[in-house]
Amino acid sequence: MIAGVGAAGGLLVPGYIKGLPPTYGHILRMGDNLTYSAQRILLPSRRAVREYSHKDISSFPAIGTTDPASPHIPNRSDAYGPLRKGGFGDWRLSVEGLVARPGTYSLADLKRFPSRTQITRHTCEEGWSAIAEWTGVPLARVLEAAGMLPTARWVNFYSFDQWADSIDLHDALHPQTLLAYGMNGRDLPVPHGAPVRLRVETQLGYKSIKFLQRIVVNDTFDDGGKNGNIQNGWSWYAGI
Amino acid sequence: MLDQLTAEAAITAARPALETVGHARWVRVSHWLLTASILVLAFSGFVILMAHPRLYWGETGNNLTPALIELPISRNHRHGGWVDPEPIGGPPSAISANRTYSIFNQNGWGRSLHFLAAWFVVVPGAFYVVAGLVSGHFRRHLWPRLRESRPRIFWAELINHLRLKVPTATGGPDYGLLQKCAYCGVVFVAMPLAVLSGLAMSPTVAAAYPFLQGVLGGFQSARTIHFFTFVAIMLFAIAHVIMVIASGFRRQMRGMTMGR
Repeated sequence: MIAGVGAAGGLLVPGYIKGLPPTYGHILRMGDNLTYSAQRILLPSRRAVREYSHKDISSFPAIGTTDPASPHIPNRSDAYGPLRKGGFGDWRLSVEGLVARPGTYSLADLKRFPSRTQITRHTCEEGWSAIAEWTGVPLARVLEAAGMLPTARWVNFYSFDQWADSIDLHDALHPQTLLAYGMNGRDLPVPHGAPVRLRVETQLGYKSIKFLQRIVVNDTFDDGGKNGNIQNGWSWYAGI
Repeated sequence: MLDQLTAEAAITAARPALETVGHARWVRVSHWLLTASILVLAFSGFVILMAHPRLYWGETGNNLTPALIELPISRNHRHGGWVDPEPIGGPPSAISANRTYSIFNQNGWGRSLHFLAAWFVVVPGAFYVVAGLVSGHFRRHLWPRLRESRPRIFWAELINHLRLKVPTATGGPDYGLLQKCAYCGVVFVAMPLAVLSGLAMSPTVAAAYPFLQGVLGGFQSARTIHFFTFVAIMLFAIAHVIMVIASGFRRQMRGMTMGR
């Protein structure tokens, strides 16, 4: 325990250990990295989160972007409106970067993978929580199909509403991390990220980004620039 | 009158012989480190609570479900700004709706500051508990002695404290029964509960140790318990400062800083 905390404490000195999210000399970001490292070092790895029963499904606020085609938002997408009109038949998810077989997947392609349905709790950084049933393909299956290379370390996600975010392989290969296309037995509604959103059940809600457009596998950390969490003053790691 | 006199005599008899030694250095260092960290946690915790000033019991709770307690502490309180409610499958009562207003939310730095400060409670706190056990500090100074553990002494001390009639400061750890009970309550009940209910809210920790949320009654219950332990610790802190002033502020501060 003391050795673990000591080892994690060493990470407070930026640059000593490579491959962590950048801190830009910000003390709060160093704290985020300390918590991230400590949780990865000290906690048993890849335990499943609790799954609930159908009667536990609750009301679920839709927050953040609820329609990427809305003309009233600065992060609107010109491409999203026509895709939605066509029932997302022309929607494609691009999977690229450190994969042997980069390519695109239609909604039908994703639905051909063995699906997984799970009833889990969504925990928002604001303080509220909600339970819903999610159906989708485990991200690990898609990365496997694309032939993720052994040098891969991070999986980056880009959305129609111009968000960029990433997770490490610990969470990317977690069996409950889904590319979800169904919610409560129906198609994923637009306010909740149609046609496909990410579900990262081991982190707070904001990591489960909606309106997925592109997945990029990396070996170096990419903070997403002005579209990512860190440069917007938020912790990249939200497993706490 | 006679009753009170005998009670006071009992208190005096129960009090251990005046020790000339002050607070140990590790006690003083832990005290101020933990004080600073707890104050930062209280402040950042309040900022986090302002983003969603509603408390619930169980696993779920949000603006579309009834609250156990609504705290009037930010513009997010009773805003009423939700539109387009629609059923989303599951039980008929389950709906979704969009937010129409921009909420107060400073959790970007609020949460990160909270978790950074938490390290400065957990690490010095663990050191304090180990040192307290090993050095015998808990046994000798904090744990109530058998001969003083009588309800009559407790009540008499409580009444005296409410009247601000407290013994003059000695600058050392020769505590009365009520003081011992308060310190033990903070060290062995409130702080561990605050840490555990805080950890229980972490998705990764909850996945690793599901019993944490289980024993606390669910995620939202853990959040509500976390809030009330904060309230209890803040009430203790206020009472503690009042008693420090009432018993001799300068003497007490010298005792907890210089140790004499």
